Amino acid sequence: MAYAMGLFCVVIAIVPLASILVEVIRNGFSTINLQFITSLPGVPGETVGGIAPAIQGTLLLIGLTGLIGIPAGVLAGIYLAEFGNNKFGRAVRFLNDVLTEFPSIVVGILISVLLVVATHQYSPIAGAIALSVITLPVITRTTEESIKTVPNSLRDAAMALGITRWRTTVSVVLSTARSGIITGVLLSIARISGETAPLILTILGSNFFFSNWNQPIDALPLRIFHDAFQADPFTRQQAWGAALVLIIIVLTLNVGVRLATRGRYSSSRTRL
Amino acid sequence: MSKTEEVITVSPERPSLNFSNILHKLAHLSGDDIFEVLSNIFACTALVVIVLTGIVLIRGSLPVLGKFGVGFLTGVDWNTTLGQESYGVLPYVLGTLVTSGIAIGIGIPISLGIAIFLAEMAPTRIRAPLSQIVEVLAAVPSVIYGFWGLLVLRPWIVNYVEVPLTASLGNLTIFHGSPHGLDLFMGGLILAVMIIPTVSSISKEVMMAVPSSQREAAYSIGATRWEVVRMGVLSYSRSGIFGAAILGLGRAVGETMAVTMVIGGALGPEAVPTSLFMPGQTLASLIAGQFNEAESLQLSALVGAGLALFGLALLINVFAQFMVWKILKVKAGAVE
Repeated sequence: MAYAMGLFCVVIAIVPLASILVEVIRNGFSTINLQFITSLPGVPGETVGGIAPAIQGTLLLIGLTGLIGIPAGVLAGIYLAEFGNNKFGRAVRFLNDVLTEFPSIVVGILISVLLVVATHQYSPIAGAIALSVITLPVITRTTEESIKTVPNSLRDAAMALGITRWRTTVSVVLSTARSGIITGVLLSIARISGETAPLILTILGSNFFFSNWNQPIDALPLRIFHDAFQADPFTRQQAWGAALVLIIIVLTLNVGVRLATRGRYSSSRTRL
Repeated sequence: MSKTEEVITVSPERPSLNFSNILHKLAHLSGDDIFEVLSNIFACTALVVIVLTGIVLIRGSLPVLGKFGVGFLTGVDWNTTLGQESYGVLPYVLGTLVTSGIAIGIGIPISLGIAIFLAEMAPTRIRAPLSQIVEVLAAVPSVIYGFWGLLVLRPWIVNYVEVPLTASLGNLTIFHGSPHGLDLFMGGLILAVMIIPTVSSISKEVMMAVPSSQREAAYSIGATRWEVVRMGVLSYSRSGIFGAAILGLGRAVGETMAVTMVIGGALGPEAVPTSLFMPGQTLASLIAGQFNEAESLQLSALVGAGLALFGLALLINVFAQFMVWKILKVKAGAVE
């Protein structure tokens, strides 16, 4: 009896996932072709158009966020693992966990007030900084956890050779913990690819390709959000196509990482 | 600094940072010290972001708080006409609480069922794959949930849940209205789906951290499987499960896009929640919907709404982190 109820709950959770996947693939599959992923969005009423600016914007944001968020997160993680065995380290760890659960719209407001409202300019940089704030705690956490699995004997061996501590950390510890750190980075990239709320406030969305660092750009989630409310069936069809592209990116990263690591990183470590 | 001294400073004991230590290091900066300081600086980012958010939100909402005072929290008007501007966030605070309440009410029992099943009952062979599948739910972007909710779930819920309930129990205020699926109930329902992976995976881990002696003790006095779960596992891990539920609540409170897309976007007195089947608005959806067009006082009002959301989320999360931490430390090293 209890067994059946438990199984029932699992099924209830899996039904939405299955439904999302089935509907997105069913509706999006016919939309995707070369023209769809290489051209500008069509004008409502027309039947030609694509999501190229959105794909470009999402890739640009992922790249920029990687540039800002990965070094910051990895260094913070190194601090927690190598030097963080004290009161300050515990406080940072705690705040880091709190930041992980921060509403992303609040991060959007923060960056928007500091960078967008002040200059009256939406920009890819503002978007990337907002996304970096979101990835930072995740990368910090996974870096710390993977560095902690590096045996002390490796550090001792390096130091016995007279290598300085920072060289040891960079060449020995980081390269040993590499796969775990890459896991965290990929999972956080999967998360920010679908992040929408902070982007509305920082990059706005656009119908055109990237033109300048102080102009709005588009991103896949913004394209879906924008197109979902259009009555025009062709535009809505585009939203399904964009949803399929986004879900392919996100799930490939996420499921790929999970399969590759096969539960070596339990959910509490890489909680997303 | 000679090589010998350096080896001493990097011995596994790792000297803790204190004031005299810092002074000493400033005098003898080496590559190691610069490295430590650098990583120290980045470790502060989380602290800086949280403090900065507080400052920015408080400063940004000063104009509106100065003009309306407590009325900003208790008012229901949302009038952007120049000259008669009036802002109150009570409807959106209530909307946030109602949708999160629905999410908790529906999501927590299901998540607990999943956690108990995966931690205590499922055959080992299907345990890992099933937990992985449930966790993939957490990877689906919020905007896709919203899109799916809008186009797939909405017609179904309107036809099979909302219309029958209004027809049979429409006299009750909470089921009143002409359902079209852009309402508080849909918002809460989408949130319920979205918090399930978080709550179930943390609860599962909390349950798996229960020492097996607890279960053995229950079995030894002849308890059935369900009694073992109830007496041995649930009562032992209840504060951790409570923490997981609160963490789920925190997610529901801050979740933006999916809710924005299905909640209907009511404003002003109409956004005060009376019926589940009427359009509503949460703090997050209000901000997402209006921030880009807002100027001066309206912008300040939206930052004020952000401050309310920030305060609410911070309170919930700090509380939840404490609860979960307390439990997971039991299994130090393995989980924490």
